[in-house]
Amino acid sequence: MNKNISRRAFLKGSIAAACTISASAVPCTAQKTGREKHLATLIDIRKCIGCGECVEACREANAEKYPVPKKPFPKMYPERSKPEDWSDKKEDRDQLTPYNWLFIQTLYLNINGEESSLTIPRRCMHCVNPPCVKLCPWGAAKQFENGISQIDDSLCFGGSKCKNVCPWKIPQRQSGVGLYLDVMPSLAGNGVMYKCDRCYTRLAKGENPACIDACPEEVQTIGPRDEIIKQAHALAKEINGYIYGEKENGGTNTIYVSPVPFEELNKAAAKGEPHLKTVHDTMSDANKLASAMIIAPFAGAAAAFGKYYKSAKNS
Amino acid sequence: MKNKGLASFYSILIFFLALTGFAQMPIFKRYYIADIPGLGWLDRFYITHYMHYIGAIIFFAFSAYMIVSYIMEKKTRITISGYIRLAILEAIAVTGILLVLRNFPGYIFAPNFIIFLNFAHLGLVMVLLFVSLYCVSFKKKWVLEKY
Repeated sequence: MNKNISRRAFLKGSIAAACTISASAVPCTAQKTGREKHLATLIDIRKCIGCGECVEACREANAEKYPVPKKPFPKMYPERSKPEDWSDKKEDRDQLTPYNWLFIQTLYLNINGEESSLTIPRRCMHCVNPPCVKLCPWGAAKQFENGISQIDDSLCFGGSKCKNVCPWKIPQRQSGVGLYLDVMPSLAGNGVMYKCDRCYTRLAKGENPACIDACPEEVQTIGPRDEIIKQAHALAKEINGYIYGEKENGGTNTIYVSPVPFEELNKAAAKGEPHLKTVHDTMSDANKLASAMIIAPFAGAAAAFGKYYKSAKNS
Repeated sequence: MKNKGLASFYSILIFFLALTGFAQMPIFKRYYIADIPGLGWLDRFYITHYMHYIGAIIFFAFSAYMIVSYIMEKKTRITISGYIRLAILEAIAVTGILLVLRNFPGYIFAPNFIIFLNFAHLGLVMVLLFVSLYCVSFKKKWVLEKY
């Protein structure tokens, strides 16, 4: 065997390595696109009086998207996977359900020795890089160019992975509806997941989400994310307040401004309600590995070259 | 692959990638597989996602090593079944890289293209597993010695 490396062999090896590397080098450009087109909402917690007008407007605007389950539900195998049914609790307005995508969270606080309460509209935060969308195994959860995330009820199998990976556990499942009924209803899937889609159809028509227009106190403002962040900082400075949502989970498109630290608000949140904790960027851990994917082919090619040179030298 | 050590490494790597890949679907808890001692991590989606990426990194390094070794050594030629498996692996890698890109912040691909990528990635893995099973059963080799 010819152990001398010809120029041709070297070039062929280099080209092969370069092809492999270039295929994995694309992530470099990925972070350039993104949040500049996102729409965000600013929620001034001080203004919310807990009247529930936003909740009613949301229910009215989205009523036609609510599930109409077929009963009885398919028997599940194995039985660990239980059907979830909210269809008899459609009037429930105190929590997120497939029939209630926005609720008013009431927090009872003790501020400087005084009993007080705050009300906060809670719904999907519409993360800048939403794990519910990115980790959905089918692509049933989607993110639009304006940053809105939406679950396509015609594709969702109701596996609830989106809820599992959501830092706030926002999506809610209704069984007896959706694609799984037509595939293997007893063995795969369990319904459809539902959550706020920020009235994307209204937005497409140039209208505001229903909850924003219905609010008598103008608690919410919607606009490009950069502008909303500026407004949030100006407001926080003015009231000596605090911001939530700007950095949580790598940034969300729902920015809360509160006169009370969010640590205090979080302590007051009831068990089972969406929390107000600091949330690290859940998608970033794996995304950081993408750079290693670029380096890996170089390392592999270098190892092969090294082995070949060593072998050539020894002979 | 002529080297048995490399062949075993490749088999384990593909098994690991397939396992962590299938774990992206919410099935291992539902079907009690995550209840098996030592496999509890299979129902933790962020962990399996991270592990899948680590598997992919090793796969890219291994692929580059094999491709460069093949070209430099010139001792063997790839068989037809080898080319078929290579083509499937290449397609899996390309769809996987596009899905890695999708996971960065921002609107990179249209939702329908992402659905296509998800199904293509999963479907190609299943095709690869069937083809590999066939090749193992009928002792089809990746490469043969050059005459």
